[in-house]
Amino acid sequence: MKKYTYTDKKDTRSGFGAGLLEVGRKNENVVALCADLVGSLKMNDFIKEFPDRFFQVGIAEANMMGIAAGLTIGGKIPYTGTFANFSTGRVYDQIRQSIAYSGKNVKICASHAGLTLGEDGATHQILEDIGLMKMLPGMTVINPCDYNQTKAATIAIADHDGPVYLRFGRPVVPIFTDPDQKFEIGKAWMVNEGKDVSIFATGHLVWEAIQAGEQLAEMGIDAEIINIHTIKPLDEEAVLKSVAKTGCVVTAEEHNRLGGLGDSIAQLLARNTPTPQEYVAVDDSFGESGTPAQLMEKYGLNAANIIAAAQRVIKRK
Amino acid sequence: MSEDISKLEHIASQVRRDIVRMVHACQSGHPGGSLGCTDYFVALYFNIMKRKAGFDMDGIGEDIFFLSNGHISPVFYSTLARAGYFEVSELATFRKINSRLQGHPTTHEGLPGVRVASGSLGQGLSVAIGAARAKKLNQDNHLVYVLMGDGEQQEGQIWEAAMYAPHNKVDNLIATIDYNGQQIDGATEDVLSLGNLKAKWDAFGWDVLEMNGNAMSEVVAGLSEAKSRTGKGKPVLILMKTEMGNGVDFMMGSHKWHGVAPNDEQLAAALAQLEETLGDY
Repeated sequence: MKKYTYTDKKDTRSGFGAGLLEVGRKNENVVALCADLVGSLKMNDFIKEFPDRFFQVGIAEANMMGIAAGLTIGGKIPYTGTFANFSTGRVYDQIRQSIAYSGKNVKICASHAGLTLGEDGATHQILEDIGLMKMLPGMTVINPCDYNQTKAATIAIADHDGPVYLRFGRPVVPIFTDPDQKFEIGKAWMVNEGKDVSIFATGHLVWEAIQAGEQLAEMGIDAEIINIHTIKPLDEEAVLKSVAKTGCVVTAEEHNRLGGLGDSIAQLLARNTPTPQEYVAVDDSFGESGTPAQLMEKYGLNAANIIAAAQRVIKRK
Repeated sequence: MSEDISKLEHIASQVRRDIVRMVHACQSGHPGGSLGCTDYFVALYFNIMKRKAGFDMDGIGEDIFFLSNGHISPVFYSTLARAGYFEVSELATFRKINSRLQGHPTTHEGLPGVRVASGSLGQGLSVAIGAARAKKLNQDNHLVYVLMGDGEQQEGQIWEAAMYAPHNKVDNLIATIDYNGQQIDGATEDVLSLGNLKAKWDAFGWDVLEMNGNAMSEVVAGLSEAKSRTGKGKPVLILMKTEMGNGVDFMMGSHKWHGVAPNDEQLAAALAQLEETLGDY
């Protein structure tokens, strides 16, 4: 098992804030909008440097999505910022008609995704957003795994012509990816090569998968770990190549079992090479209040769950 | 001026013919609101807006228009075709399979003249505000126009946008409400009363004017007045009184022709009231 270490921990939303500032400097067409959550989205540095390119819309997310669509007409590249719940479920029809169906170049940037939002509870913990967004034709869906990857993704999506959903979160998590990485949309990252089981993980679950991989190695199980940061378009080649070698799959995500990364992979495998698969995901339920670590444990989303899933699926080969 | 008005009236007569013929040909669509807004569309595209030749999505260096109440697509399509954005013969494909003229307007099929999809109501004003802000960022001294329905005022997003534009001094924007008092299920007063719309938009901080939308000279004068009020720190709103079905006597004054197509006899009766001025498609 390849060794991953970290010296620093940060929240992925801060990676977004840093990336937004950098892409704002590189590309003068980049503009940003926020629905009264500037501090939570870490947009202050961008606003300070580019006050004329920032639009505070107040607590009016539907209007924000419409204004973002309109800003593209005239060549702007709008980045909208609010919590994942208010970025997707609340404004689904606005995204569907004014952005996705209209082919608008809007970057929907969503913080506080999943259970790790913590104490605010289920009203704010959306676990359906990946599914909602990936079902929209033409929408790119990205869920990076740490500060560096989120920063790199935030910068990279400006060069992609089309709507993007960029999902990140609130908790402070290890930084273990390369600070100078080049983020390639739709290109999976090989975290660790192995032969016994393929673990496909996204977002905060990638670090958990690495922890699981180390413990599996001690048990004599050689896990291949692949970071699927782009859920749509899925890197089908990387998935099929890995499965051809291992013959079984664990998917890991901070999302409902229905409609997320696991289902995208299951569909790919069903169409090509039916393969035993175990899901590490929320089992079709809402979340609740608690600390992020408590919630990840209670809802079965940590390294221990990935290890158990790997052991189960290997037996099904 | 009167010569100009009579030219516009000639175009409007042809657009009204196009509308009833398009809706009849596919036996679906929304003739009532389309006929009521014909004078507005013709005045806008043939007199008021500063338009470039051809079409590009960004619309930099020209006035641009958004249709929020997308169901009145027949009048939009006819106006765009008559204004030269695409061949008038394409109007025959309205609502048919493989057409660029979808039931509700879309950019998806690449129809020149359309800049956003609409149909699900309440979204166009927000898009227009975004486009107006882009024009300011681009130092493009042109205007953004948007048309909404009155029934559409029941959507919450309208009022988010209504609050945003005055706060941010979006004063390169002229929004118009087609105030015909009718929606699918009946009179707006019966379905969900709009109350005093003028007082509401006033209270939100817009510069509001009222206009008769079914007399060409008054439409041109009203839109010209609205233009003169731009650039003064407030967005402009026109409450445009129209009659659903205007121009075809048996379609007027009722919600019944909101979304119903005429049969053969009704088409003949409608066309008898509308002079063919530019040649049918």
